[in-house]
Amino acid sequence: MSQTTSTKESYSTESYLNMDLLRFTTAGSVDDGKSTLIGRLLYDSKAIFEDQLEQIEEVSKRKGKGYVDLSLLTDGLRSEREQGITIDVAYRYFATPKRKFIVADTPGHVQYTRNMVTGASTANLAIILVDARHGVIEQTCRHSIIASLLQIKHVIVCVNKMDLVDFKEEVFNTICSDYSNFASKLSIPDIRFIPISALLGDNVVDASDNMPWYKGGTLMYNLETVNISADLNFIDARFPVQYVIRPMNDKYHDYRGYAGKVEGGIFRPGEEVVHLPSGLSSKIKSVETIEGPLAEAFPPMSVTITLEDDIDISRGDMIVKPNNQPEVSQDIELMICWLNDKKMNTGGKYVIKHTTRDARCVIKDVRYKININTLNKIEDDKTIGLNDIGRIVIRTTTPLFFDSYSKNRATGSVILVDEFTNETVGAGMII
Amino acid sequence: MNSYKLSHLKQLESEAIHIMREVAAQFERPALLFSGGKDSIVMVRLAEKAFFPARIPFPLVHVDTGHNFEETIQFRDYLVKKLDAQLIVRSVQDSINKGTAVEEKGPNPSRNSQQTITLLETIEEFKFDACFGGARRDEEKARAKERFFSHRDDFGQWDPKNQRPELWNLYNGKKQVGEHFRVFPLSNWTEMDVWQYILAENLEIPSIYFTHRRDIVNREGTLLAHSPFITVMNGETVENKIVRFRTVGDMTCTGAVESEASTLEEIIQEVAAARQTERGTRADDKRSEAAMEDRKKQGYF
Repeated sequence: MSQTTSTKESYSTESYLNMDLLRFTTAGSVDDGKSTLIGRLLYDSKAIFEDQLEQIEEVSKRKGKGYVDLSLLTDGLRSEREQGITIDVAYRYFATPKRKFIVADTPGHVQYTRNMVTGASTANLAIILVDARHGVIEQTCRHSIIASLLQIKHVIVCVNKMDLVDFKEEVFNTICSDYSNFASKLSIPDIRFIPISALLGDNVVDASDNMPWYKGGTLMYNLETVNISADLNFIDARFPVQYVIRPMNDKYHDYRGYAGKVEGGIFRPGEEVVHLPSGLSSKIKSVETIEGPLAEAFPPMSVTITLEDDIDISRGDMIVKPNNQPEVSQDIELMICWLNDKKMNTGGKYVIKHTTRDARCVIKDVRYKININTLNKIEDDKTIGLNDIGRIVIRTTTPLFFDSYSKNRATGSVILVDEFTNETVGAGMII
Repeated sequence: MNSYKLSHLKQLESEAIHIMREVAAQFERPALLFSGGKDSIVMVRLAEKAFFPARIPFPLVHVDTGHNFEETIQFRDYLVKKLDAQLIVRSVQDSINKGTAVEEKGPNPSRNSQQTITLLETIEEFKFDACFGGARRDEEKARAKERFFSHRDDFGQWDPKNQRPELWNLYNGKKQVGEHFRVFPLSNWTEMDVWQYILAENLEIPSIYFTHRRDIVNREGTLLAHSPFITVMNGETVENKIVRFRTVGDMTCTGAVESEASTLEEIIQEVAAARQTERGTRADDKRSEAAMEDRKKQGYF
C-alpha cells in the first residue's frame, strides 16, 4: 500500500488552523466493501497507526484470513467482531492538508435504518456504495432516500469492485444511468459517480491505471474539494438561547449574557432584534467571547449576546430579526423516523426536544408511512414501528419557533423522548 | 460563496462549548473529571470560554490513585488556584482503607480498575448527575461508538449495545433517579487537534510532556518511570534516558517515549510523524483486545 506524503508540511500550525471540516456518512450493504473503503481512506491518509495495523494483522491471521481485514479497524465492539457485522454508528477521523474529515460509518442492514438516520443527521455528504456486479439494488435506493430525506446536499455514488467486472466502462455507465433515473424523484442537488476498487485502491486516493476511460477525480479529490460553504443558512437569523450567564460578582454586577449557538444568519452589535416568545424588540449591545467582543457572529459559532434592554429571557427562547421570523405554532407536521422497538403510539404523549426548548406533545395523526425502498406512500397501514418513516401531525403543549427542515436543519429538527423510559424514540424533520 | 467560514478547530471548539452549556442547563450537579492531562486541560479552557465572564459553574474532580506523577499534581493545584476553580479530590487509597477496593497483587499493582470504584463512590457522595470526561473517539476502538451524552445506569454501567441514538445537536439528558451521564465534549477531536489547540491557545501543560532526563525501567517494551510504585524485576535494569510522556496516567502503566521535543511545535512534529497511537504507550490497554470496552462497561472514564 502506498502512503500519501503530506504529513510534515500539513502540520505547520498556520495551515492547520485554516483547514475546514467535512462530515460525511457512508452507507452500503453487508458485503459491498464499505469497511474496506474506510480502512483504505484511513490507511492512505496515514490515520492508521502501526500498533493498530499490527493488531488487525494478528487478528486477521488468527481468523485464517489471507489478507489484512481492514474492516477490523472500524468494528470496535466485541460483539461486532464476533458476529463480523457493524452494530452501531462508529465515528472515524482523518485529515489531508486541505480538510479534516469526520466519518459516520453506519451499518447497512435493513434493521439499522435508525443508525443511518443518526449518521446522516450531521453529515454534509454521503458516500453510497454500489457493488459493480449487482448494480442498483433495493438497499441502494433505501440509503439514497434516507440521504435525501435528511437533506444531505452532496452524494457520491462509488461503484465498487470494478476489478471484478474487468474495469468495464459499460458496467459503470449502466449503473450511473440506472441510479440517475431513480434519483430524479429525490431532492439531492449534487450527485457524482466514481468507479473504484476499494480493495486495490483504484480511484480511492490514487487515480486508476486500470480505468483510463474515467476522467473525473478520485474519491479523495472529490472529498477534498466539494464546496459545502453554501450548506449552512446565513440568511435567516436564529439564535436559540441555551443558557443565561449571570456572574453575580462586583465586576459584572448586572450582567446578563445570553449564551447559545448561532443556528442561522448573522448577528452584529447595534442590530435590532426580536425576542420570542414575548415579541419585544431590543438592540444587540455586544457579541462576546473570552477573547473579546466580536463584530459579527455566524453559524455555527457559540457566542454570548448581550442586549440593550432588560427583557426577561430564559433557555428555550429565541432571538431573531424583526423582518425575518420563524413560524410560531403548536400544530406541527413532520416526517418522523422511529428509533425504538416499542411502536409509536398515535394519540400518545411524548417529550419533544427542539433547539434548546423542551415541551410535551401528543401524536394527533399519521398521514401516511413511506416505503423507504421506493418512496411510495403507504396509506392502509399507519402503524409506525422501529425503522419506519412516516408523515405525522403533532400538537405541542407550548409553541415552538421553527423553520422547515429544508430551510434550516437546526431549527427544523426535533427528537421525541419516551416519558417513562427517557429513551430517544423518534427523529423528526419539520415539513 | 461567502466568507463566513469557520476553521475545523473553531468548529470543534464551538461544538464542545455548546455541549458544556447543554450540560450546565440540563443537569443539576455536573462535575468535570480532571486528571491533569492535556485533554482535561483543554476541557478546563473550554469551560472557561463557555461561561465567561462567570466562573466555571461546576467543580473539577480528581480521582487520585496515589500513583501520579508529582508534576501533574503540582500543575493541578496551580491551575485550580489560577482559575479560582473548585477542586474535589478523592483517593483510591481511601477506598482501599475502607475495604471497598482491594489492591491488585503482584510486583507492580495497577490501580486502574480500583479507580472506577472510587469514581463511582465520589459520584454517589456528591450526587453528581453528569460528569465531563476528556475522552476522544479516536483514542480507542470502543470509544469510537461512544455518544456525547453517554447514559449510565444506577450501577454506573455503560451498555454499548443499547445506547440512545444521538441526532443533530439535540442531546437527551433525561434520566431516572440514581442514574447519571458521562459527557464527552472532545469526542470529535483527534490527538493532533488537541495539541494544535494547546498551541493556538497558548495553554500551559505539565512539564512531563516535554523532554527530560529520567530513570526508566524497560518492561516488555514499555518504558516505565522508575518510582516507588515499580519493583525492578530480574533481568530488568534501570537506565537514565531522555524521554517525555505522550499521555498522563499512573506511573505504573504510562510508558515514556524517547524524545528531545522541548517545545509544543516539536511535540506536534513528533505526533505528526508518530507511527503508534498515543494509547500504544499505555500498558492498561494491552491486557486484551477488548480491555477498554470491558472497563468502560463497569463505569471507567
